Amino acid sequence: MGIFVNRDTRVVVQGITGKEGQFHTRQCVAYGTRVVAGVTPGKGGQEMDGIPVFHTVEEAVRRTGADCSLIFVPPAFAAEAICEAADAGVRLIVAITEGIPVLDMMRVKNYLAGKPVRLIGPNCPGIITPGEAKIGIMPGAIHKPGGPIGVVSRSGTLTYEVVHQLTRVGLGQTTCVGIGGDPVNGTSFVDCLAAFEEDPQTRGVVLVGEIGGQAEETAAAFVRSRMRKPVVGFIAGLTAPPGRRMGHAGAIISGGSGTAKAKIEALREAGIRVCENLGDLGEFCRDVFR
Amino acid sequence: MKIHEYQAKELFRRYGIPVPAGEAAFRVEEAVQAAERIGRFPVVVKAQIHAGGRGKGGGVKLARSAEEVRQAAASILGMTLVTPQTGPEGRRVGKVLVEEGLDIRKELYLGLVPDRASAQIVLMASEAGGMEIEEVAAADPEKILRVAVNPLLGLQGHHGRRLAYGLGLPPAAVKEFLALVPNLYRLFVETDAALLEINPLVLTAGDRLLALDAKVAFDDNALFRHPELARLRDPEEEHPLEVEASKHRLNYIALSGNIGNMVNGAGLAMATMDLIQQAGARPANFLDVGGGASAEMVEHGFRIILSDPSVKGVLINIFGGILRCDTLARGVVEAARKTGIQVPVVVRMEGTNVEEGRRILAESGLNLITAVDLRDAARKVAELVR
Repeated sequence: MGIFVNRDTRVVVQGITGKEGQFHTRQCVAYGTRVVAGVTPGKGGQEMDGIPVFHTVEEAVRRTGADCSLIFVPPAFAAEAICEAADAGVRLIVAITEGIPVLDMMRVKNYLAGKPVRLIGPNCPGIITPGEAKIGIMPGAIHKPGGPIGVVSRSGTLTYEVVHQLTRVGLGQTTCVGIGGDPVNGTSFVDCLAAFEEDPQTRGVVLVGEIGGQAEETAAAFVRSRMRKPVVGFIAGLTAPPGRRMGHAGAIISGGSGTAKAKIEALREAGIRVCENLGDLGEFCRDVFR
Repeated sequence: MKIHEYQAKELFRRYGIPVPAGEAAFRVEEAVQAAERIGRFPVVVKAQIHAGGRGKGGGVKLARSAEEVRQAAASILGMTLVTPQTGPEGRRVGKVLVEEGLDIRKELYLGLVPDRASAQIVLMASEAGGMEIEEVAAADPEKILRVAVNPLLGLQGHHGRRLAYGLGLPPAAVKEFLALVPNLYRLFVETDAALLEINPLVLTAGDRLLALDAKVAFDDNALFRHPELARLRDPEEEHPLEVEASKHRLNYIALSGNIGNMVNGAGLAMATMDLIQQAGARPANFLDVGGGASAEMVEHGFRIILSDPSVKGVLINIFGGILRCDTLARGVVEAARKTGIQVPVVVRMEGTNVEEGRRILAESGLNLITAVDLRDAARKVAELVR
């Protein structure tokens, strides 16, 4: 079980012949992910480790039955790549690319609205259902298959740290979703929380947020009104200065809004157990989810 | 990326957005000449720094004669201007904008921002110009008019009309406003702006609308397709260590604490800063070396952290994924050999190739403090500042 992806997910990698695309495709395949096709315009007909490469996503989908696209296309072309995948009819798009212009993503988000496709990311580590499919760049070995915890996060390595601590205290994961650190992204905290709430294997969720925007506040309102499963929260950036972009394009406190303190308060008011010290998170979760 | 008011007004002119006559000046003599070219007094001499609240700190002066321009420019150029937005250390002023004075009837606010959650471009307007829009939003939220534009469809006529009539502008000014809004929207979209603010937008006694101030910031992610805008960057407005870090594609932000830190990944870097604070110390910086850092980038990062004299200790926290622990270890060893380490360094590594990384550090003969996990790292950082 788990959410959004499983062992049957058929992946097409856009940008498969690039350096990053090649490296991570191999890692995904080694983990057991079914990578059925690759796309690089101009390189159709070639193969990468026996995986057929096509000129267009449309052809890749038609010929291989891929239903999920994993995108490693450079930022200047990534918005178009996302729209191409949507037009080709995949049901899930995982965009790893960091550095896509905000206006491009705003147009993409409006273009995808109402279409039967889910976008995860961009600027994210991807999604993994441990033991079934790894569609992204996260180190597979730190995960523990079988659940019962769902993880959703705006960050990359911070998510690895959280997952590593969960695994160390014996808490496996159903699915871990990195929704990305950009200001405009596809799948939201709420989308993931709703899916975890419906997933019979997931017993609790860890939500990893950071400064900037209102996504955590929106998530808190959802948890308060719609969720029965316990949620643990962690928010990075208590010490972040206002007005500075902390690495992620979306991680900025602007006009006094988007602070870690306000987010922690919102989570707590919604009944979410917030762990403030990252060093304690694993044991904190063990106590909550026991 | 922020730009100066005078640069923003240059862009405004190019896009047909009315601004007062004026010129930037880097020296006192240039300021006087600029005033003479404007040809009438009074003029206003405005300090050009990337921070608001300049008037309150003495960075904006009215001058009624060439001599007063000289005095105003002499006092502002080279001053360290402290405003609510610069922090107590202030900012050195290297240029001024000399501008015609206007007969102001009313001060308005007009701004464009991308709305993250809805993925729409939001136009905001208010009759309460001249104040910080955040203050207006807190005190009188109903005084702010908002219209959201779908970026796929673009600006429509009714968007401008809702604001123009909502502001209760006199008929002559409505016409000017409706001409101005599409130009502003075009500027926003064509330059990939992240923020566009006219505060105040002034209505003159003659019912003209002019941008008395101009605040523009660009989306850093989009600068690759605007090389001419990237050239507007002013390194003097940035911390010298941040300028140095950006040359090596490192994401570094200088802070005022005593514990330097180097981390891979922005979220983990923020959480590590928080951990340092919770351990009773204060983070001296934010440094994300990124997912694909080379040993060389790690070396530069380490050197930059150590060149901050207030750093009493360093915490390196790496969760190896794409960036492997052995690469990190080699970078640290190389940097330590080249620059020497005068302060204690706590290293916490986990993930890909961690054994190899630990071996490299152990065999380096360097005096490094290793931590087994984050809790251990926090404890060891606490000991450094005890």
